[in-house]
Amino acid sequence: MHSLLTYLSPWEFSPAVLIACLGAAILYWLGLRQRRRDGEQTGFGRTLSFYIGIILVYGVMQTYVDYLSQHMFWVHRLQHMILHHVAPFLIVLAYPHEILGRALPRSLHDRFLLPIWNSLPVRSSYRFLQNPVVSPLLFVGLIYFWLIPSIHFDAMLSASLYQVMNWSMLLDGLLFWWLIVDNRPPEAYGTTRYPIRIIILFATQMLQIFIGAPIALSHHVLYSVYSVCGRAWPISPLTDQAIGGLVTWIPSAMMSVLGILVVIRLWRRQSSMDEEPSAAPAAAK
Amino acid sequence: MYRIIHRPLRSIFILGLLLLVSACDSGTPWATKNITGLMPNLSFSLTDANRDATVQAKDFRGHIALLYFGYTHCPDVCPTTLHRLQSVLSKLGAGAQQVNVLFVTVDPSRDTIKLLKTYTEYFGPQFVGLRGDEAELRKLTKMYRVTYGYGKPDAKGNYEVSHSSAVYVFDRKDDARLIIRPSDSIDAITSDLQRLIAENE
Repeated sequence: MHSLLTYLSPWEFSPAVLIACLGAAILYWLGLRQRRRDGEQTGFGRTLSFYIGIILVYGVMQTYVDYLSQHMFWVHRLQHMILHHVAPFLIVLAYPHEILGRALPRSLHDRFLLPIWNSLPVRSSYRFLQNPVVSPLLFVGLIYFWLIPSIHFDAMLSASLYQVMNWSMLLDGLLFWWLIVDNRPPEAYGTTRYPIRIIILFATQMLQIFIGAPIALSHHVLYSVYSVCGRAWPISPLTDQAIGGLVTWIPSAMMSVLGILVVIRLWRRQSSMDEEPSAAPAAAK
Repeated sequence: MYRIIHRPLRSIFILGLLLLVSACDSGTPWATKNITGLMPNLSFSLTDANRDATVQAKDFRGHIALLYFGYTHCPDVCPTTLHRLQSVLSKLGAGAQQVNVLFVTVDPSRDTIKLLKTYTEYFGPQFVGLRGDEAELRKLTKMYRVTYGYGKPDAKGNYEVSHSSAVYVFDRKDDARLIIRPSDSIDAITSDLQRLIAENE
Protein backbone atom coordinates (compact mmCIF):
# COMPACT_ATOMS: atom_id res chain seq x y z
CA MET A 1 0.00 0.00 0.00
CA HIS A 2 2.85 2.36 0.87
CA SER A 3 5.70 2.85 -1.53
CA LEU A 4 9.24 3.66 -0.50
CA LEU A 5 8.55 7.24 -1.51
CA THR A 6 5.78 7.48 1.11
CA TYR A 7 8.27 6.51 3.79
CA LEU A 8 11.01 8.84 2.60
CA SER A 9 9.01 11.96 1.79
CA PRO A 10 8.29 14.50 4.52
CA TRP A 11 4.97 14.20 6.32
CA GLU A 12 4.92 17.94 6.83
CA PHE A 13 7.51 19.65 4.68
CA SER A 14 9.68 22.08 6.64
CA PRO A 15 11.91 24.37 4.55
CA ALA A 16 13.87 25.24 7.71
CA VAL A 17 14.91 21.63 8.32
CA LEU A 18 15.80 21.10 4.66
CA ILE A 19 17.87 24.29 4.48
CA ALA A 20 19.63 23.60 7.80
CA CYS A 21 20.53 19.99 6.98
CA LEU A 22 21.41 20.54 3.34
CA GLY A 23 23.29 23.74 4.18
CA ALA A 24 25.34 22.02 6.88
CA ALA A 25 26.11 19.08 4.60
CA ILE A 26 27.24 21.30 1.72
CA LEU A 27 29.28 23.63 3.95
CA TYR A 28 31.03 20.66 5.55
CA TRP A 29 31.86 19.22 2.16
CA LEU A 30 33.24 22.58 0.93
CA GLY A 31 35.22 22.92 4.16
CA LEU A 32 36.72 19.47 3.67
CA ARG A 33 37.76 20.39 0.14
CA GLN A 34 39.39 23.59 1.35
CA ARG A 35 41.32 21.72 4.03
CA ARG A 36 42.54 19.17 1.51
CA ARG A 37 43.75 22.03 -0.70
CA ASP A 38 45.60 23.47 2.27
CA GLY A 39 47.24 20.09 2.86
CA GLU A 40 45.37 19.29 6.09
CA GLN A 41 44.14 15.81 6.88
CA THR A 42 40.61 15.17 8.15
CA GLY A 43 39.91 11.78 9.68
CA PHE A 44 37.24 9.69 7.94
CA GLY A 45 35.55 8.85 11.25
CA ARG A 46 35.02 12.53 11.88
CA THR A 47 33.27 13.08 8.55
CA LEU A 48 31.22 9.92 8.98
CA SER A 49 30.11 11.00 12.44
CA PHE A 50 29.01 14.41 11.16
CA TYR A 51 27.06 13.08 8.19
CA ILE A 52 25.34 10.33 10.18
CA GLY A 53 24.27 13.01 12.67
CA ILE A 54 22.84 15.25 9.94
CA ILE A 55 21.08 12.36 8.21
CA LEU A 56 19.54 11.30 11.52
CA VAL A 57 18.21 14.81 12.18
CA TYR A 58 16.70 15.00 8.70
CA GLY A 59 15.41 11.44 8.94
CA VAL A 60 13.47 11.88 12.15
CA MET A 61 12.07 15.28 11.16
CA GLN A 62 11.33 14.88 7.46
CA THR A 63 10.33 11.30 6.76
CA TYR A 64 7.55 8.91 7.74
CA VAL A 65 9.18 8.76 11.19
CA ASP A 66 7.77 12.24 11.78
CA TYR A 67 4.24 11.00 11.05
CA LEU A 68 4.68 8.08 13.43
CA SER A 69 6.13 10.42 16.06
CA GLN A 70 2.96 12.49 15.95
CA HIS A 71 0.73 9.47 16.41
CA MET A 72 2.65 7.13 18.68
CA PHE A 73 4.14 8.10 22.03
CA TRP A 74 7.08 5.73 21.97
CA VAL A 75 8.11 6.76 18.45
CA HIS A 76 7.93 10.36 19.63
CA ARG A 77 10.29 9.49 22.52
CA LEU A 78 12.64 7.80 20.07
CA GLN A 79 12.51 10.85 17.82
CA HIS A 80 13.47 13.07 20.74
CA MET A 81 16.25 10.76 21.84
CA ILE A 82 17.75 11.10 18.39
CA LEU A 83 17.17 14.87 18.20
CA HIS A 84 18.43 15.60 21.71
CA HIS A 85 21.03 12.90 22.31
CA VAL A 86 22.32 10.75 19.45
CA ALA A 87 22.42 13.14 16.49
CA PRO A 88 23.85 16.21 18.29
CA PHE A 89 26.42 13.99 20.02
CA LEU A 90 27.61 12.63 16.65
CA ILE A 91 27.61 16.10 15.10
CA VAL A 92 29.68 17.82 17.80
CA LEU A 93 32.02 14.83 18.08
CA ALA A 94 33.16 15.73 14.55
CA TYR A 95 34.25 19.19 15.83
CA PRO A 96 32.50 20.55 12.74
CA HIS A 97 33.13 24.25 13.47
CA GLU A 98 36.75 23.80 12.37
CA ILE A 99 35.57 22.47 9.03
CA LEU A 100 32.39 24.50 8.43
CA GLY A 101 34.31 27.73 9.06
CA ARG A 102 36.78 26.86 6.34
CA ALA A 103 34.04 26.70 3.72
CA LEU A 104 33.21 30.37 4.19
CA PRO A 105 35.06 33.16 2.42
CA ARG A 106 37.72 34.66 4.72
CA SER A 107 36.17 38.14 4.57
CA LEU A 108 32.68 36.89 5.50
CA HIS A 109 34.17 34.90 8.35
CA ASP A 110 36.40 37.66 9.71
CA ARG A 111 34.37 40.79 9.06
CA PHE A 112 30.87 39.49 9.61
CA LEU A 113 30.61 36.27 11.61
CA LEU A 114 33.47 36.77 14.05
CA PRO A 115 32.25 40.22 15.24
CA ILE A 116 28.75 38.80 15.77
CA TRP A 117 30.15 35.85 17.67
CA ASN A 118 32.31 38.16 19.81
CA SER A 119 29.54 40.69 20.46
CA LEU A 120 28.40 41.02 24.05
CA PRO A 121 24.81 39.71 23.69
CA VAL A 122 25.89 36.62 21.78
CA ARG A 123 28.88 35.88 23.99
CA SER A 124 27.05 36.41 27.23
CA SER A 125 24.03 34.33 26.21
CA TYR A 126 26.39 31.58 25.09
CA ARG A 127 28.26 31.72 28.39
CA PHE A 128 24.96 31.63 30.24
CA LEU A 129 23.67 28.61 28.33
CA GLN A 130 27.00 26.81 28.71
CA ASN A 131 27.22 27.50 32.42
CA PRO A 132 27.91 24.19 34.21
CA VAL A 133 24.74 24.56 36.28
CA VAL A 134 22.43 26.06 33.66
CA SER A 135 23.35 23.66 30.86
CA PRO A 136 22.42 20.35 32.54
CA LEU A 137 19.32 21.92 34.10
CA LEU A 138 18.22 23.10 30.68
CA PHE A 139 19.04 19.70 29.17
CA VAL A 140 16.91 17.75 31.62
CA GLY A 141 14.44 20.61 32.11
CA LEU A 142 13.48 20.61 28.43
CA ILE A 143 12.78 16.87 28.46
CA TYR A 144 10.66 17.39 31.55
CA PHE A 145 8.92 20.50 30.22
CA TRP A 146 7.69 18.95 26.96
CA LEU A 147 6.54 15.89 28.91
CA ILE A 148 4.25 17.84 31.25
CA PRO A 149 0.95 16.21 30.15
CA SER A 150 -0.96 19.44 29.42
CA ILE A 151 1.98 20.98 27.53
CA HIS A 152 2.57 17.74 25.67
CA PHE A 153 -1.09 17.73 24.60
CA ASP A 154 -0.84 21.24 23.18
CA ALA A 155 2.50 20.61 21.46
CA MET A 156 1.07 17.59 19.71
CA LEU A 157 -2.00 19.53 18.53
CA SER A 158 -0.38 22.73 17.36
CA ALA A 159 1.80 22.40 14.28
CA SER A 160 3.88 25.44 15.21
CA LEU A 161 4.36 24.45 18.84
CA TYR A 162 5.43 21.02 17.60
CA GLN A 163 8.13 22.65 15.49
CA VAL A 164 9.29 24.77 18.44
CA MET A 165 9.49 21.63 20.57
CA ASN A 166 11.60 19.68 18.09
CA TRP A 167 13.93 22.56 17.29
CA SER A 168 14.44 23.33 20.98
CA MET A 169 15.48 19.74 21.58
CA LEU A 170 17.96 19.75 18.70
CA LEU A 171 19.55 23.10 19.55
CA ASP A 172 19.80 22.31 23.24
CA GLY A 173 21.29 18.91 22.38
CA LEU A 174 24.00 20.57 20.29
CA LEU A 175 24.84 23.02 23.08
CA PHE A 176 24.89 20.40 25.82
CA TRP A 177 26.99 17.82 24.01
CA TRP A 178 29.38 20.51 22.82
CA LEU A 179 29.97 21.46 26.45
CA ILE A 180 30.77 17.79 27.14
CA VAL A 181 33.05 16.99 24.20
CA ASP A 182 34.70 20.43 23.78
CA ASN A 183 38.35 19.55 23.11
CA ARG A 184 39.91 22.89 23.96
CA PRO A 185 42.08 22.79 27.09
CA PRO A 186 39.87 24.07 29.96
CA GLU A 187 42.66 26.08 31.65
CA ALA A 188 43.52 28.04 28.54
CA TYR A 189 40.00 28.56 27.19
CA GLY A 190 37.88 28.69 30.33
CA THR A 191 35.75 25.76 29.17
CA THR A 192 34.20 23.47 31.75
CA ARG A 193 36.80 21.32 33.54
CA TYR A 194 36.74 17.57 32.98
CA PRO A 195 35.72 16.43 36.49
CA ILE A 196 32.82 18.87 36.40
CA ARG A 197 31.71 17.49 33.03
CA ILE A 198 31.65 14.00 34.53
CA ILE A 199 29.55 15.23 37.47
CA ILE A 200 27.17 16.90 34.98
CA LEU A 201 26.79 13.62 33.09
CA PHE A 202 26.14 11.66 36.27
CA ALA A 203 23.55 14.19 37.37
CA THR A 204 21.72 14.27 34.03
CA GLN A 205 21.74 10.48 33.94
CA MET A 206 20.04 10.30 37.35
CA LEU A 207 17.52 13.02 36.49
CA GLN A 208 16.58 11.31 33.22
CA ILE A 209 15.94 8.09 35.12
CA PHE A 210 13.60 10.06 37.39
CA ILE A 211 11.68 11.25 34.32
CA GLY A 212 11.65 8.01 32.31
CA ALA A 213 11.03 5.40 34.99
CA PRO A 214 7.76 6.85 36.39
CA ILE A 215 6.37 7.09 32.84
CA ALA A 216 7.38 3.51 32.04
CA LEU A 217 5.96 2.17 35.30
CA SER A 218 2.78 4.27 35.46
CA HIS A 219 -0.56 2.44 35.49
CA HIS A 220 -2.43 5.49 34.21
CA VAL A 221 -2.46 6.93 30.72
CA LEU A 222 -0.56 10.18 31.15
CA TYR A 223 -0.60 11.33 27.53
CA SER A 224 -4.16 11.16 26.23
CA VAL A 225 -3.44 13.12 23.08
CA TYR A 226 -2.51 9.94 21.18
CA SER A 227 -5.89 8.38 21.95
CA VAL A 228 -7.67 11.61 21.13
CA CYS A 229 -5.98 12.04 17.74
CA GLY A 230 -5.64 8.36 16.88
CA ARG A 231 -2.58 6.12 17.00
CA ALA A 232 -0.68 5.10 13.89
CA TRP A 233 -1.58 1.47 14.47
CA PRO A 234 -3.60 -0.35 17.13
CA ILE A 235 -1.57 -0.72 20.35
CA SER A 236 -2.70 -0.50 23.95
CA PRO A 237 -2.13 3.02 25.33
CA LEU A 238 -0.30 1.67 28.39
CA THR A 239 2.04 -0.47 26.28
CA ASP A 240 2.80 2.52 24.10
CA GLN A 241 3.47 4.60 27.21
CA ALA A 242 5.64 1.93 28.86
CA ILE A 243 7.88 1.59 25.79
CA GLY A 244 8.10 5.37 25.53
CA GLY A 245 9.10 5.60 29.19
CA LEU A 246 11.76 2.95 28.71
CA VAL A 247 13.21 4.83 25.74
CA THR A 248 13.38 7.97 27.89
CA TRP A 249 14.89 6.04 30.75
CA ILE A 250 17.48 3.52 29.55
CA PRO A 251 19.12 4.48 26.23
CA SER A 252 19.08 8.16 27.20
CA ALA A 253 20.88 7.38 30.44
CA MET A 254 23.32 5.18 28.53
CA MET A 255 24.27 8.21 26.45
CA SER A 256 25.68 9.77 29.62
CA VAL A 257 28.01 6.78 29.98
CA LEU A 258 29.22 7.30 26.41
CA GLY A 259 29.74 10.97 27.22
CA ILE A 260 31.79 10.07 30.29
CA LEU A 261 34.03 7.82 28.17
CA VAL A 262 34.68 10.68 25.76
CA VAL A 263 35.49 13.05 28.64
CA ILE A 264 37.89 10.55 30.20
CA ARG A 265 39.66 10.21 26.86
CA LEU A 266 39.96 14.00 26.50
CA TRP A 267 41.17 14.27 30.09
CA ARG A 268 43.86 11.64 29.67
CA ARG A 269 45.07 13.19 26.44
CA GLN A 270 45.21 16.55 28.15
CA SER A 271 47.23 15.27 31.10
CA SER A 272 49.69 13.41 28.88
CA MET A 273 50.15 16.61 26.89
CA ASP A 274 50.74 18.54 30.12
CA GLU A 275 53.39 16.05 31.27
CA GLU A 276 55.50 16.16 28.15
CA PRO A 277 54.87 19.44 26.39
CA SER A 278 57.64 18.74 23.87
CA ALA A 279 55.91 15.59 22.71
CA ALA A 280 52.59 17.32 22.24
CA PRO A 281 52.95 18.50 18.63
CA ALA A 282 54.11 15.06 17.53
CA ALA A 283 51.20 13.39 19.29
CA ALA A 284 48.61 15.60 17.63
CA LYS A 285 47.27 14.17 14.41
CA MET B 1 35.86 30.13 40.42
CA TYR B 2 32.63 29.76 38.53
CA ARG B 3 30.07 32.43 38.72
CA ILE B 4 26.81 30.54 38.64
CA ILE B 5 24.88 33.08 36.61
CA HIS B 6 26.31 36.27 35.18
CA ARG B 7 24.76 39.30 36.78
CA PRO B 8 23.28 41.04 33.71
CA LEU B 9 21.95 37.72 32.61
CA ARG B 10 20.40 37.03 35.93
CA SER B 11 18.09 40.01 35.47
CA ILE B 12 17.19 38.87 31.95
CA PHE B 13 16.43 35.44 33.32
CA ILE B 14 14.16 36.83 36.04
CA LEU B 15 12.45 39.10 33.53
CA GLY B 16 11.81 36.10 31.31
CA LEU B 17 10.28 34.18 34.18
CA LEU B 18 8.00 37.09 35.01
CA LEU B 19 6.87 37.34 31.38
CA LEU B 20 6.16 33.64 31.37
CA VAL B 21 4.03 33.90 34.49
CA SER B 22 2.10 36.93 33.25
CA ALA B 23 1.45 35.21 29.91
CA CYS B 24 -0.64 32.59 31.65
CA ASP B 25 -3.75 34.75 31.86
CA SER B 26 -6.53 33.41 33.98
CA GLY B 27 -9.91 33.53 32.24
CA THR B 28 -12.66 31.23 33.43
CA PRO B 29 -11.42 27.78 32.51
CA TRP B 30 -13.40 25.65 30.08
CA ALA B 31 -14.77 22.29 31.18
CA THR B 32 -13.55 20.56 28.04
CA LYS B 33 -10.09 21.05 26.51
CA ASN B 34 -9.40 24.60 25.38
CA ILE B 35 -7.41 24.74 22.13
CA THR B 36 -7.84 28.42 21.26
CA GLY B 37 -4.98 29.55 19.05
CA LEU B 38 -3.49 26.10 18.67
CA MET B 39 -5.12 24.88 15.48
CA PRO B 40 -6.04 26.36 12.10
CA ASN B 41 -9.53 27.65 11.24
CA LEU B 42 -12.01 25.20 9.80
CA SER B 43 -11.56 24.78 6.07
CA PHE B 44 -12.53 21.93 3.75
CA SER B 45 -14.27 21.08 0.51
CA LEU B 46 -16.30 17.87 0.83
CA THR B 47 -19.55 16.34 -0.36
CA ASP B 48 -22.51 16.99 1.93
CA ALA B 49 -24.50 13.74 2.07
CA ASN B 50 -27.76 15.46 3.01
CA ARG B 51 -27.69 17.66 -0.07
CA ASP B 52 -25.44 15.50 -2.29
CA ALA B 53 -23.48 18.63 -3.20
CA THR B 54 -19.98 19.95 -2.62
CA VAL B 55 -19.80 22.20 0.42
CA GLN B 56 -17.10 24.34 1.98
CA ALA B 57 -16.41 25.19 5.59
CA LYS B 58 -17.72 28.71 4.99
CA ASP B 59 -21.18 27.26 4.23
CA PHE B 60 -21.40 26.37 7.92
CA ARG B 61 -20.08 29.68 9.22
CA GLY B 62 -22.33 31.50 11.68
CA HIS B 63 -23.00 28.23 13.51
CA ILE B 64 -21.01 26.33 16.09
CA ALA B 65 -19.42 23.38 14.29
CA LEU B 66 -18.61 20.08 15.95
CA LEU B 67 -16.19 18.16 13.73
CA TYR B 68 -15.87 14.42 14.16
CA PHE B 69 -14.02 11.77 12.16
CA GLY B 70 -15.64 8.32 12.04
CA TYR B 71 -17.27 5.72 9.80
CA THR B 72 -20.73 4.18 9.64
CA HIS B 73 -19.61 0.56 10.15
CA CYS B 74 -17.96 1.62 13.42
CA PRO B 75 -19.14 -0.80 16.11
CA ASP B 76 -18.72 1.28 19.27
CA VAL B 77 -16.85 4.60 19.45
CA CYS B 78 -18.68 6.50 16.71
CA PRO B 79 -22.27 5.64 17.71
CA THR B 80 -21.39 6.33 21.35
CA THR B 81 -19.89 9.71 20.52
CA LEU B 82 -22.79 10.69 18.27
CA HIS B 83 -25.32 9.58 20.91
CA ARG B 84 -23.50 11.70 23.46
CA LEU B 85 -23.64 14.69 21.14
CA GLN B 86 -27.33 13.96 20.57
CA SER B 87 -27.93 14.17 24.33
CA VAL B 88 -25.99 17.42 24.50
CA LEU B 89 -28.08 18.91 21.70
CA SER B 90 -31.33 17.94 23.39
CA LYS B 91 -30.08 19.56 26.61
CA LEU B 92 -29.24 22.74 24.70
CA GLY B 93 -32.90 23.06 23.64
CA ALA B 94 -33.38 25.96 21.24
CA GLY B 95 -29.64 26.56 21.33
CA ALA B 96 -29.17 23.36 19.34
CA GLN B 97 -30.32 25.30 16.24
CA GLN B 98 -26.97 27.11 16.47
CA VAL B 99 -24.97 23.89 16.25
CA ASN B 100 -23.98 21.61 13.37
CA VAL B 101 -22.35 18.22 13.88
CA LEU B 102 -20.04 17.51 10.94
CA PHE B 103 -19.46 13.78 10.65
CA VAL B 104 -16.56 13.21 8.25
CA THR B 105 -16.20 9.62 7.12
CA VAL B 106 -12.69 8.16 7.17
CA ASP B 107 -13.94 5.15 5.23
CA PRO B 108 -15.18 6.72 1.97
CA SER B 109 -14.91 3.46 0.03
CA ARG B 110 -17.69 1.82 2.07
CA ASP B 111 -19.57 4.93 3.18
CA THR B 112 -21.56 5.93 0.14
CA ILE B 113 -23.44 9.22 0.12
CA LYS B 114 -26.71 7.31 0.53
CA LEU B 115 -25.46 5.27 3.48
CA LEU B 116 -23.98 8.34 5.12
CA LYS B 117 -27.28 10.24 4.74
CA THR B 118 -29.32 7.43 6.29
CA TYR B 119 -26.81 7.15 9.13
CA THR B 120 -26.68 10.82 10.10
CA GLU B 121 -30.45 11.33 9.64
CA TYR B 122 -30.98 8.80 12.39
CA PHE B 123 -29.21 11.10 14.87
CA GLY B 124 -31.05 14.28 13.91
CA PRO B 125 -31.24 17.25 11.54
CA GLN B 126 -28.09 18.90 12.99
CA PHE B 127 -25.96 15.94 11.92
CA VAL B 128 -24.29 16.38 8.55
CA GLY B 129 -22.44 13.54 6.86
CA LEU B 130 -19.40 14.65 4.85
CA ARG B 131 -17.41 12.59 2.39
CA GLY B 132 -14.27 13.29 0.38
CA ASP B 133 -11.67 11.38 -1.55
CA GLU B 134 -8.41 10.15 -0.02
CA ALA B 135 -6.51 13.36 -0.83
CA GLU B 136 -9.15 15.71 0.62
CA LEU B 137 -9.51 13.52 3.67
CA ARG B 138 -5.75 13.40 4.33
CA LYS B 139 -5.54 17.15 3.97
CA LEU B 140 -8.28 17.72 6.53
CA THR B 141 -7.10 15.10 9.03
CA LYS B 142 -3.52 16.36 8.79
CA MET B 143 -4.71 19.89 9.56
CA TYR B 144 -6.22 18.67 12.81
CA ARG B 145 -3.35 16.26 13.47
CA VAL B 146 -5.65 13.31 13.39
CA THR B 147 -4.91 9.98 11.78
CA TYR B 148 -6.80 6.91 10.63
CA GLY B 149 -5.88 3.49 9.30
CA TYR B 150 -7.52 0.34 8.01
CA GLY B 151 -7.32 -3.17 9.45
CA LYS B 152 -7.08 -6.36 7.38
CA PRO B 153 -10.42 -7.39 5.79
CA ASP B 154 -11.94 -10.63 7.12
CA ALA B 155 -13.51 -13.41 4.97
CA LYS B 156 -16.63 -11.29 4.39
CA GLY B 157 -14.61 -8.24 3.43
CA ASN B 158 -15.32 -6.40 6.68
CA TYR B 159 -12.47 -4.47 8.21
CA GLU B 160 -11.85 -2.23 11.17
CA VAL B 161 -10.83 1.39 10.90
CA SER B 162 -8.74 3.18 13.51
CA HIS B 163 -9.67 6.82 13.93
CA SER B 164 -9.56 9.60 16.46
CA SER B 165 -11.96 9.92 19.35
CA ALA B 166 -11.92 13.72 19.53
CA VAL B 167 -14.68 16.14 18.61
CA TYR B 168 -13.28 19.50 17.49
CA VAL B 169 -15.41 22.51 18.35
CA PHE B 170 -15.33 25.62 16.15
CA ASP B 171 -17.02 28.88 17.02
CA ARG B 172 -19.19 30.98 14.69
CA LYS B 173 -16.10 32.48 13.03
CA ASP B 174 -14.70 28.99 12.35
CA ASP B 175 -11.93 29.41 14.93
CA ALA B 176 -10.87 26.16 16.60
CA ARG B 177 -11.83 26.51 20.25
CA LEU B 178 -12.30 23.22 22.10
CA ILE B 179 -11.67 19.54 21.97
CA ILE B 180 -14.26 17.19 23.44
CA ARG B 181 -12.61 14.02 24.69
CA PRO B 182 -14.41 10.75 25.48
CA SER B 183 -13.76 11.48 29.16
CA ASP B 184 -15.71 14.78 29.13
CA SER B 185 -19.16 14.56 30.70
CA ILE B 186 -22.40 15.51 28.93
CA ASP B 187 -22.84 18.38 31.42
CA ALA B 188 -19.33 19.69 30.79
CA ILE B 189 -19.88 19.65 27.02
CA THR B 190 -23.32 21.28 27.35
CA SER B 191 -22.08 24.13 29.55
CA ASP B 192 -19.13 24.85 27.25
CA LEU B 193 -21.36 24.88 24.18
CA GLN B 194 -23.80 27.20 25.95
CA ARG B 195 -20.92 29.57 26.60
CA LEU B 196 -19.88 29.47 22.95
CA ILE B 197 -23.46 30.03 21.79
CA ALA B 198 -23.77 33.03 24.11
CA GLU B 199 -20.59 34.57 22.65
CA ASN B 200 -21.30 37.58 20.37
CA GLU B 201 -24.76 36.37 19.47
